[in-house]
Amino acid sequence: MIRTLITPDPFSPETEMQALSKERDSEAGALASFVGYCRSANGAVSQLELDHYPGFTEAEVSRLAHSVAARHDLLDLLVIHRIGVIPANDPIVLVAALSCHRAEAFAAVAEMMDYLKTDAPFWKSETGPDGSRWIEPVAADYARRAEHTK
Amino acid sequence: MTKLLFFGRTRDAAGCGEMDCEIPAAIESVADLRAWIASRDPALGAVLAARDIRVAADQCICVNEGASIRGASEIAFMPPLSGG
Repeated sequence: MIRTLITPDPFSPETEMQALSKERDSEAGALASFVGYCRSANGAVSQLELDHYPGFTEAEVSRLAHSVAARHDLLDLLVIHRIGVIPANDPIVLVAALSCHRAEAFAAVAEMMDYLKTDAPFWKSETGPDGSRWIEPVAADYARRAEHTK
Repeated sequence: MTKLLFFGRTRDAAGCGEMDCEIPAAIESVADLRAWIASRDPALGAVLAARDIRVAADQCICVNEGASIRGASEIAFMPPLSGG
């Protein structure tokens, strides 16, 4: 099952992972996950704001998740991504993949994250003591993303 | 009436996330639209002229500057995407 959720609400990665672990069927031998947090960077960042394009963002994240799941032999893929104002230290994103063996789960999580960084319609601004600035992908993000289309 | 949507740094430049406007019939392509906005608001036009600002018409990304935007009810200006 592929599930994607774009939400303004805080979520608990631990609760989501527990639920995914409980739901797994007898074939599932591997559960890999990644959680991205809003870094405070020793007070340099007080919050992030994630802008999105309602309707388009949900459709694109779902499309990306389906394309990742199609390239790897997954049993389940879960993507939760927060939008709106996210205080420092809160989780922003959770990607979790269930598969029979570990290689597919690891690869799917890494690939989904690389796509979220460069191909998902979000715009991120960071606020600190000196004001706000937009965060855009860097060359390394595009290079990692390009690895998946070789 | 067409709804223009601005995200990321284009929202700062526009001073709002969306605006409704009547686009003249002569404006057919993405390039026409960028030029038309620049003629009305040069500061906003300069930001929108950057090649890394992509345009989507009715939630479909326009593949090049010649792509048609005619009849679109919603046109979005999108700086580089950055989630995660």
